[in-house]
Amino acid sequence: MASFIERMCLYRVLVLSVFMSITQAVDRSNFKTCDQSAFCSRQRAMKPGQSSYTALLETLELSDSHLTVQLLNNNNKVLLLLELYRLQGNMTRVKINELKPIKARYEVPDVLITDPPTELMSVVAQDEHRVVLSLGGEDWRLILSAQPFRLDIMEGPQVLLSLNSRGLLAFEQLRIRKDTISHKISSTVGSMWDKIKSVFSSKSQTDTEEAGEKEDTEQHDKEKVSEGEEEAEEEVDQPGMWEETFKTHADTKPNGPSSISLDFSLPGVEHVYGIPEHADGLRLKNTDGGDPYRLYNLDVFQYELFNPMALYGAVPVLLSHNTHRTMGLFWLNAAETWVDVSSGQGSSEVPQTDVRWISESGIIDVFIMLGPRPNDVFTQYSSLTGTQAFPPLSSLAYHQCRWNYNDQEDVSAVDQGFDEHDIPYDFIWLDIEHTDGKRYFTWDNNKFPQPKDMLQGLLHKRRKMVTIVDPHIKVDSSYKIHTEIRSRGYYIKNKDGGDYEGWCWPGNAGYPDFTNPEMRKWWASMFAYDQYEGSMENLYTWNDMNEPSVFNGPEVTMHKDALHGPWEHRDIHNLYGFYVQMATAEGQIQRSGGLERPFVLTRAFFAGSQRYGAVWTGDNAAEWGHLKMSIPMCLSLGLVGISFCGADVGGFFKTPSAELLVRWYQAGAYQPFFRAHAHLDTPRREPWLFGPDNTALIREAVRQRYTLLPYWYLQFYHAQRTGQPVMRPLWVEYPEDIATFSIDNEFLIGRDLLVHPVTDERSSGVTAYLPGNGEVWYDVHTFQRHDGAQNLSIPVTMSSIPVFQRGGSIICRKNRVRRSSSCMENDPYTLYVALDSQGKAEGEIYIDDGHTFKHKTDKQFIHRRLSFTANSLSSSDLSPDSQFPTASWVEQVNILGAQKPDAVTLTTTDGGESSVEFEFDPDTAVLTLRKPGVNAGVNWTLHLR
Amino acid sequence: MSCALLLLLTSLALAMGTGAAVEIQRPRGVPQSKRQFYEENKPFTCLDGSSTIPFDRVNDDYCDCRDGSDEPGTAACPNGSFHCSNAGFRPAFIPSSRINDGICDCCDTTDEYNSGATCQNTCREMGRKERESLQIMAEITKEGFLLKQQLIHEAKRGQEDKQVRSGGKVEALRTVKETAEDPEKGAKERHLKSWEEQKELIRMEKDKTRMAEAFLELDDDSDGYVSVAELQSHLELDPDSDGSLTETETQVRCLLFLPLKSREDFYHTSKLQGCKLVPPTVQTPEKRGDDELSMPPYDTETQSLIDGAYSHLNLEKEIGFDFGPSAEFAYLYSQCYELSTSEYIYRLCPFNRVSQKPKFGGSETNLGLWGQWAGPEDNLYSMMKYDHGQGCWQGPNRSTTVKLTCGKETVVTSTSEPSRCEYLMEFTTPAVCQEPASLDEVLHGHTEL
Repeated sequence: MASFIERMCLYRVLVLSVFMSITQAVDRSNFKTCDQSAFCSRQRAMKPGQSSYTALLETLELSDSHLTVQLLNNNNKVLLLLELYRLQGNMTRVKINELKPIKARYEVPDVLITDPPTELMSVVAQDEHRVVLSLGGEDWRLILSAQPFRLDIMEGPQVLLSLNSRGLLAFEQLRIRKDTISHKISSTVGSMWDKIKSVFSSKSQTDTEEAGEKEDTEQHDKEKVSEGEEEAEEEVDQPGMWEETFKTHADTKPNGPSSISLDFSLPGVEHVYGIPEHADGLRLKNTDGGDPYRLYNLDVFQYELFNPMALYGAVPVLLSHNTHRTMGLFWLNAAETWVDVSSGQGSSEVPQTDVRWISESGIIDVFIMLGPRPNDVFTQYSSLTGTQAFPPLSSLAYHQCRWNYNDQEDVSAVDQGFDEHDIPYDFIWLDIEHTDGKRYFTWDNNKFPQPKDMLQGLLHKRRKMVTIVDPHIKVDSSYKIHTEIRSRGYYIKNKDGGDYEGWCWPGNAGYPDFTNPEMRKWWASMFAYDQYEGSMENLYTWNDMNEPSVFNGPEVTMHKDALHGPWEHRDIHNLYGFYVQMATAEGQIQRSGGLERPFVLTRAFFAGSQRYGAVWTGDNAAEWGHLKMSIPMCLSLGLVGISFCGADVGGFFKTPSAELLVRWYQAGAYQPFFRAHAHLDTPRREPWLFGPDNTALIREAVRQRYTLLPYWYLQFYHAQRTGQPVMRPLWVEYPEDIATFSIDNEFLIGRDLLVHPVTDERSSGVTAYLPGNGEVWYDVHTFQRHDGAQNLSIPVTMSSIPVFQRGGSIICRKNRVRRSSSCMENDPYTLYVALDSQGKAEGEIYIDDGHTFKHKTDKQFIHRRLSFTANSLSSSDLSPDSQFPTASWVEQVNILGAQKPDAVTLTTTDGGESSVEFEFDPDTAVLTLRKPGVNAGVNWTLHLR
Repeated sequence: MSCALLLLLTSLALAMGTGAAVEIQRPRGVPQSKRQFYEENKPFTCLDGSSTIPFDRVNDDYCDCRDGSDEPGTAACPNGSFHCSNAGFRPAFIPSSRINDGICDCCDTTDEYNSGATCQNTCREMGRKERESLQIMAEITKEGFLLKQQLIHEAKRGQEDKQVRSGGKVEALRTVKETAEDPEKGAKERHLKSWEEQKELIRMEKDKTRMAEAFLELDDDSDGYVSVAELQSHLELDPDSDGSLTETETQVRCLLFLPLKSREDFYHTSKLQGCKLVPPTVQTPEKRGDDELSMPPYDTETQSLIDGAYSHLNLEKEIGFDFGPSAEFAYLYSQCYELSTSEYIYRLCPFNRVSQKPKFGGSETNLGLWGQWAGPEDNLYSMMKYDHGQGCWQGPNRSTTVKLTCGKETVVTSTSEPSRCEYLMEFTTPAVCQEPASLDEVLHGHTEL
């Protein structure tokens, strides 16, 4: 026995020494570079130049909704079909697929909320070289050039965007492997097919009633084509086309090469953003000479900062911006994708940014969002993929998480700890250890013998819980979830048709096929109270590891040749996490009979994931650099529709110093999803474990969050309606101010709050840029007034959280911070009216029950405008046909930048008039109105005389 | 004191009799002790003196005083506190943010007067329960304290015995030791220091060698890494002792043996198809075969100094422990106490070590060696600290804090691991029982005003 122990110890030493260097950061060798990804390196080997594609204008067909034209690859004579759509709301959709693929190519379903409505397209001019189409308005044009094929979108004489102008359109057609018997057969059949085809095409030609001149052209072109056919080059197989090995993992590629690529040029553009998720700055960098940005959902251990490597989620949306125009590109493809960004001088010394997208399979389906303002792009994109789900109010409050809260006693002690230290919180989270052997939907009987008692205890405090439910299912014949999925045939299959199995937390695990709607329906039903034993209405869900993470798979994910029905995992990879969260959120809605809003956190995501809940930035580390990085990462997600974003407060890996932890709480309190989380191996870090001073600092940060919950809730209400991001880069609101274009150490919440968190160790000051020429900003803590369009130096202490309210705005807070957000439901509001240089201000207030869909189904809500002008502050209804009874009232009004009035009176709709007491502080120019006392849901006016 | 007692009686009498009538006498949420500051119909001056307001603004649900003193009965002030009388139980202050928040905090229900929450007055029940438990506690303390006296007595006798055995008085021994120690200490320290340095070098070499050996032992086919198959051939790694290592077990073992818990490990195992490991580079070991390094002998001078000082080494070791002010903890020495949980048997051997052994096979883990008493200054002997236990991967060495509470029996009542590799053990012993106050005192002490 002793020898065994000793040996184990020695092994540990051995292993430690081997991995010592690796534990510091990501092991890059686990993940592919473009060179190691066969299709990426094939595609990237192709350099800009003359495109080999010609648009066959004689095949052009224009219907009410769209235009189609064939594209011929002059090298191999393969025909593609281009479809062009003019979409409502100033968008253009470009679809390119093989005209006659030997088998269907994957087109991403379920991401678009509807078939996007089209608008009439009309031909403005046409000759043998080009077709000019009108995109509406006076001077919006789309020019389709035939030889070489390219598309240009013009506004007047100005090119906004060009496709294939660098000739990087490439479409690897599906083919039969040449060294197989089937190839020989099919090539014989193929030549017969060609004959049949030519018979039919000549028939269709006689059907058309075209002008003689045009027919001539067609004939001419046809000759060209047939000439070309004879010259068609025999394509040579390149290594990696039919199989590929990475490390020890073989990827069999029964379908052979299938990748696609297209380039976009943006003249006049120097700043591009988006394509999350990467641990990188807000503004995308030039990828010349390095790897492209990679979009491939991966579970990356201890990810590195400032790196284009793929992370947990992928949203293939890129935004371009200059002082005149904001545009967006949405590349709807769920396969592994690489994006090259190259900025430089275009022709005539105009700056230009070139972007090139490369995907492993599927089709080219790209939405060009033409803006022109940032808000227009958000509206356009959300009309395609939907807006941020309106979350339950409590989920915007503070979340306490750790891997792991050990047992029921631990949960109750932590819950008690928050009350003892008077720190509010709404959700406590349980990571994987709460389950019976990592079998999700179960509880560890020893540690959590009475989950309902525990949940009831939390419910009594008006608090909630989240348990983790991951999509890897332990292969165990005594585990109901597994046996059901297996017997229903819902698992993803391996290339040989058996259930795909991989390693994850429970050991050997199967992965349900969430692309299957039947499977999703079944999964959703598992959240019913009678299915998920021990669950209650205050239990919500966390979907982790849904990239999917497969410990022993290539790049810690699933083999690409695994099968989802007829499709390869290769085709759908980036969609998996999206579907997992979709099915889980649906389950939560169903369990309440469709009444309650769900709350589901996901790590993996795709375009459209915003419809299903919140996202966090995965397994970060307790380092100052990671705290800083939380800002650009969430800003990037916000730009592409995912507003409900946060980073693990404190950092997941490693142990934060008390100072870092405090600073992270201060920053996190002003980011949308506010959750502390910690790795199993790190010491406990509940807010009260770092001495009374730090406890007080953390308490204050969390309390600030709670006072601002009405404002956060209003922002999410807007996000749901309009698709505007909640956490915004400055340039979104100040699109003409170049100084804002690269800022990613500060941000806006909505329009009205500017936050510049302290993210440096032992900081004695920060410099915040206050935008807006002629605008004023008020420090929310001191009410000191500052002019816009300046860099403001702010001295800071440990208690400082630099936050500014925009002059011209009115923000409602609830200053009575209680144990949880639910406890604050009926509490009164305090209004902060920050006057602009004209002495005006505007704001809104939104109130509903905070957790149901009744705001939508029964119009049960209050939405009011608050407006200060001509020395009067009034509240008026923005939604007269909706109703909601509220007990909340107006407790206090603070007018910032005010002058002392002689008297203040309150008028209500019933004609009542009363005088209101006030206090004026000449040092800060703050006028405080004492207890107007009116209900928050009615009309009223306060007059200053 | 007598004044307070008088007030207590008044309050109790009134509370028993007319209940709510008492509450009307003072503004909501004001404790009796501050009653005089809230005089009806007179302007109210904030208790911090910051301003004076008309009395109708006291408890008018708007915060006028910076210190929150004008709103003792509402949630208007962020820093206010609310007093509940809790007649029948114990009065309490709660943060005013808990007034009317829908959660019953005061057992007399007075904090939820306008929230719609339905609270039951549970003060009497709680008071009864508390009195019962205090009574039980008092009895335990009483008996425990008697036991403690015995322990002290026994410890004294034992100490005398040992002193006799040690051929004199402990004090004499100490004096001898101390005089001997100065020169002895210096010489020994010098010797030790040079030895430590040398030992470190040898140890490093030796670890490398052992690693290589361990590796070679696993790497059956000498291909430079350890594969699943190779691990499977080593049945000593078989966790369920069924004589074979399944692939699952091998994986698990791999994970175990790359002291796992974190994803990192999984990744490394996954990337390497099992547990392929790259062996460390090793230089040919200079010495092989001897497992324990031994320090070279002291020079004669040092040795004689040591012999002089440590002639009663074992005894001195025992005497050297701090067994409490009256040696009441001495009886724990050389004893062990076990607690069995669902997975492990925990073992506390006071003044020696804490360990954990899996119930269903597996080796014992050292959770810490006796360190020191670690209670707060005013109660040093309420906590023991055991540290320098087995190392944790990517973490500290295991350590255990033992919390001691008064009990008739000496028993480990619970264990937990609040943080990774930091254990917490609860332990009852008569040795920490304090002289009991009279029961009446105990009960009344808890019913302040």
